[in-house]
Parts: sequence; C-alpha cells; structure tokens
Amino acid sequence: MNKAVWFARHELRLAMREVMWMLSAGKPRRQKIALVLLLLLAAFLHFVAWAIVAPYAKVTFPPDRTTLVVITGSAFLGWTVMISQAMESVTRAFYTRADLDLLLSSPAPTRLIFVLRVGAIGITTSLLALILIGPFINALAYAGGLHWLSAYGVLFAMSATAAALAVGMTILLFRTIGPRRTRFVAQVVAAIVGAVFVIGVQAISIFAYGSLSRFDALHSSLVMQHMPDLDSPFWLPARAAMGDIPALVLVMGLGFSFFALAVSVASRRFGEFAVAAAGAGAGNVRQRAKRKFRGGSAAAALRRKEWTLLIRDPWLVSQSMMQILYLIPPALLLWRNYGSDNGNLVVLAPVLVMAAGQLAGGLAWLAISGEDAPDLVSTAPIKTHAVIRAKTEAVIGSVAIVLAPIVAAIATASLWIAFITSVGIVVAAASSTTIQLFFRAQAKRSNFRRRQTSSRIATFAEAFSSIGWAAAAGLTAAGSLLAIPAGALAVLVLALARLLRPKDTALRA
Amino acid sequence: MPASEFALEISNLVKRFARPAVDGLNLRVRSGEFYALLGPNGAGKTTTLRIVAGLLQPDRGDVSIFGIDALRDPVAAKSVLAWVSDEPMIYDKLTPLEYLEFVAGLWGVDARIAQSRARELLGWLELGPHADTRCEGFSKGMRQKVALAGALVHDPKLIILDEPLTGLDAGSARQVKKVLAERVQAGCTVIMTTHILEVAERMAERIGVIASGKLIAEGTLEELRRRAGKNNSTLEDIFLDLVGPSDIAA
Repeated sequence: MNKAVWFARHELRLAMREVMWMLSAGKPRRQKIALVLLLLLAAFLHFVAWAIVAPYAKVTFPPDRTTLVVITGSAFLGWTVMISQAMESVTRAFYTRADLDLLLSSPAPTRLIFVLRVGAIGITTSLLALILIGPFINALAYAGGLHWLSAYGVLFAMSATAAALAVGMTILLFRTIGPRRTRFVAQVVAAIVGAVFVIGVQAISIFAYGSLSRFDALHSSLVMQHMPDLDSPFWLPARAAMGDIPALVLVMGLGFSFFALAVSVASRRFGEFAVAAAGAGAGNVRQRAKRKFRGGSAAAALRRKEWTLLIRDPWLVSQSMMQILYLIPPALLLWRNYGSDNGNLVVLAPVLVMAAGQLAGGLAWLAISGEDAPDLVSTAPIKTHAVIRAKTEAVIGSVAIVLAPIVAAIATASLWIAFITSVGIVVAAASSTTIQLFFRAQAKRSNFRRRQTSSRIATFAEAFSSIGWAAAAGLTAAGSLLAIPAGALAVLVLALARLLRPKDTALRA
Repeated sequence: MPASEFALEISNLVKRFARPAVDGLNLRVRSGEFYALLGPNGAGKTTTLRIVAGLLQPDRGDVSIFGIDALRDPVAAKSVLAWVSDEPMIYDKLTPLEYLEFVAGLWGVDARIAQSRARELLGWLELGPHADTRCEGFSKGMRQKVALAGALVHDPKLIILDEPLTGLDAGSARQVKKVLAERVQAGCTVIMTTHILEVAERMAERIGVIASGKLIAEGTLEELRRRAGKNNSTLEDIFLDLVGPSDIAA
C-alpha cells in the first residue's frame, strides 16, 4: 500500500476516535446518544438559520452593495473563527508530543507527516464550519434557489486559506519569538482572533447607531462609504457564494493554491521546528526571592494559592477571560450613552450577569476540578466544606474584581441598576460554582479547554442558569414582574443539576 | 491527644471495588517505627494507605492514628499525618518555597517556624538553589523531593509514603532515604510501600506482606527468615515464597 495512503488512514482513524471521544466524553455507550443529539442540534440550527436568512434569500442579480457587504462581512466573521480553530490545531500539531517522537524517529519522511497533518487540520476546520454555517447555506438554497449551494465551495476554500494562514503565522512566530514563546502567543492569538472582529463590528454599530447589533454596523453609512466599487475583486467570495461560477472557480483555485504553497514551504522545515518545540520545555522561571512566609488561616492559604496559580498562567487567563473581551461592546455602549438614557443601561445588567456566570464557571472548574494536588488538600486537617468555601470565595472574588469597575461606572449613572447588576453577578457566579461542585471530576488544569466534554449536563446547566439569572436581572432592572419566572427558571436549573449530579464518593471530613 | 503505643491500628478493614481490594485487614504499627508494607500489584497496599490518609472511605473496619479514631475525627487524625504518593502532586506555577508556605498554611503552622523549617528542608534535600524557581521545569526527582519537603514541613508524627522512590535517580533516592531515616531517629513513624525490596530490607524495622487484601506475614527480616526456614535468604526470596507466582502475575 502506498505509504501516504496508509498514513492518511491512520490519521483519519485517530481523528475519528478523537471526535467520538469528544462527543461521548470518553464513554463508548454514549456514542449513539451523542450522534442523536448532534442530529437534533443540526435540525435546530436549520430552524434558527431559516428564521434568520430566509427573508433575504431571494436576491436580485447583479447584487447590490448592501447584499455584498452583508455576505462578505458574515463570511469574514466565519473565517476569523476558522483561523482561530486552525491556529489552535497547528500549535497542537507542533507541541503535542503524543506520537511525534515515534514518527520523527521513524524512517517516514517528515514532509509527508506534516502535509497529512495540516491536510487533516484543513478538513477538521471545514467540518466545524459545515456544522455551523451549513444550515444557513441550506436554508438560503431552500428559500432562494440552488445557486446558493456554491457557498459550500467558498466555505472549503476559506477553510483551506485559514489552515494555510495558521501554518504561516505559527512558522513566523517560531522564527521571530522562538519556540518557547510561540506556544503561548499562538494560543492567545487563536483565542482572541475571532473575538476581535466581532467586537470591532459591534463597536462600529455602537458608535454609528448606539446599538449592539452587528448587522447595523454592516449597513452603516461609515462602512458603505469605505467599501470598494461593485466590480472590485474584493467581492469575489460573496459573488461566488451566490452562485457566480467563474468567481467560484477563481476563489476555490486561489484558496487551494494558497494552501498548497503554505504547506509546501512550511513542510521543508517541519522536522526542524518540531524538534525545536520538543526542546523548548517549560524553562526555569525564577520568582522574586521570598522573604517572609505569610500567616493566616488554611482558607486564606487556599485563596492565595488559587489566585497565584491563576495570575501565573497567562494561557488559562486568556481562555477564561475570553468572556471579558465580550464586555468591551457593552462598556462602549455605556460610555457612549452615559448620562443620556438609562434605558440603554438596563441592557448592561443581563450582559454583565451572563458574563459573570460564564466566567465563574470556568474559574470554578480550575479551582475545584483542576486542582493539581487533590491528595494534598484532601489529607490536610481542614474540613471539606471549608475547602469548598475558600475556593468559592476565590472564584467569586476574582469575578468581582474583574466586573467591579464596570458596575462602579453604572452606579454613577444609576444606583438601582448597579445594585441589581451586583446582586445578579454574585448569584450567577455562585450558581455556576455550585454546578461545578455538583459535577466535579478530577482533571488536569491543562484540560481546561476541553472541560465541557467531562459533563454535558454541567455545561448546559451552567449556560441555562446564567441565562436565567441574566434575564431575571435585566427584567428586574427594567421593572418587569417577568423577572420572577426568569429567576424561578434559574433556581429550577440548579435543582435539576443537583438531582442529576453523579453519586460522589464523598471524602471524609 | 491520647498517648498511644501504636502510631497506626487497623482492625477488620474492608474495601471493595469490583472485587475486594482490602479484605478484613488487621495491622499495627508501633510509634517511632519504620514499617515497610510489601505486596504484589493489586494486593491492596495503596488502597489501605489511602484509607488511612483519609482519601478513601472503607466499607467496614476501624482506623486509629495515635489513638485517634480516624474515621470519626478525620481532621484531628490528619493533623499528625503526612501523605506522599508515587506521583508527586505539586503546583507547577509555584516555587518550592511557595509550595511549602501553602502546605504550612493548610496545617496551620506558625509562619516564622514554617519558613525556618522550609529553608532547612530544602537545604537537606539539596533544593536550596531552586527555592525560588517555579516547579514547572523540575525533573521527577526534584518534584518528588519538593513533595517530600511538603510532607515534612508541618512536622508530622506519622509519614505514609506510597512508592516514593519510583523513578528517582540513585542520588535523589539516597537523599530521600537519608531524610526518612533521620526522621525515624527523631521519633517519627514512617510507613512505606515499595517494590524495591532491597530498600525495605535495609531500612525497615518491621515488614508486612499483604496479598489479596490480607496481611499474610509480618515481622523483622530475621523473623521472616525464621518463619520461611531460610536463614541466609534475601527478602526477595522470602517475598516470592510468600506471595507465590500467581499473585505476582496479578
């Protein structure tokens, strides 16, 4: 059998098992349930996509500038997410040693290994995009005509260019800042690259219309004025997506050529970079010499430890603080409307409460499930509930420190909204922490990115609880009695999570 | 704290997972003794010691540490005990000194005393030059020594070590053994599991052999030799005679 085909089959098998593991949280019996849930999710996404895009599916040819701007803007949004996903995968391809030592020490050509691995990254990026964007293309094709199906070709070309760009950026980082820093910088870039575009577009919406809607930004006169003429090649992807066959051929040709070029150039030095990445290690980081031990209770020692570990892990900070980036648009909204309209401030209450719930969920996972020395803490002469209380305080304290400046700014404009927001933040953070306690399962902190796979119930409970408290806070701030059922829903989610929590092997004390 | 002749007393201890891991175990370790607990893989050594350390709940039985009922008053029992596992669990982003400060905080040791002990321990274990370096770049041996220093910083009366020498180089292993011997001389009780029979032979005052969750032999090396009827045999010969090939395969 041809070596490339044999190796491709091996890679495909590993990739399939990885996907199934992620879907079923490593439990083979759950695979069928996971597939059924995936199909239900696909059906739901089609329903959502239909509701959003069906009214715009019937376009006239040649398309006007607004249509081209909206399609190009939406495609660019998807593309940034693809680049983010591809960068994360490329970094792992270099740094995860799982089988790389075996492969690089074998007589298999390193170029072949690299080409297949990057090819696999391109395919997995396409698959992710298919799950998220496919329903929208299908809805457009059903409502507006089969010509929309050519958007799939654009999607594949975008995935290829995203993978190529990710390879190019990683290699560039290797050369400029070295293998040790590349890992961290690439992961942070991957984390924020998608968010930056979303935030940028929302910022334009806020300044142009005083609204958080991204579509408002794409329609804004500011954007329209700065867009190129209708016959510009800039619109080729949008035209290709709408069924312009020559444009589609050109876009796909350019996309795959770019991919081939990047892989061809980078593959020559893959072995060299992979070996450099292996030798990078963690390095020796010296802290300032410790002069005096701090005293205090065991709880104080636990809180200090949690905060120190969090501050010293920039990657975890970048991952868990992603929610904070999404607070920039509401903060801008607050700034723009300051003193003019309390109605807009009401919008901030649910946004901040939602962010608090999500941020607390991540931090609570790190503090509770991501405890690196569980035996040490469990053998200490401190009661379990005291450990949990100290860790909860560390989590809620962190959330409070992050959100306090925005709440303080709201307080100068409306004490009532600031009060409701503060209460909502504490309750949402405490709820997410409680859910993490219900579903705690020992894991390495480095598995933070994949924490959702350990318990789907916890993930959904955390999300619905945050949504419930956010709605309750927003409605209370707006003076609506509907806040009561919203709060009741959040309490119900907590009760259900408690009911469904795994039977824990409780520790003594 | 009640005075007790025994550092550890285990009576009729039972713990079942899919099959019985510990099956009616009875064990007594005297105060100030170096006790080695031996047994083939899956014999129930680690399960027993994890129950003693408060990391597992038994299905049945009693555990007493220096006369304290460890199942009824675990916090009091834990205050005199230290646990070191084969896989050193430390925090990569903390330095050894910060780690020891944290452990001392958990055990409520006075900050000044803890600091002085921490410096002394790191010196003994030859970690002084790395005291302010984050543990993330440390070798297995260095990490194990940091974990051991953590176990000693609160001056425990009973130290339980589960395979502490696994993966250590000769130099690190010697340092760990030296520190443990010094602790026993100072009156501390040490219970250690190991697959390195030569270590048990040279260091332990008494040796217990466990198989299928039960204690099948116990005594000094001489007593075990007499019992086996082989006066010049090594501990390895006695051990293999006791547990038999089927248990080793398990």
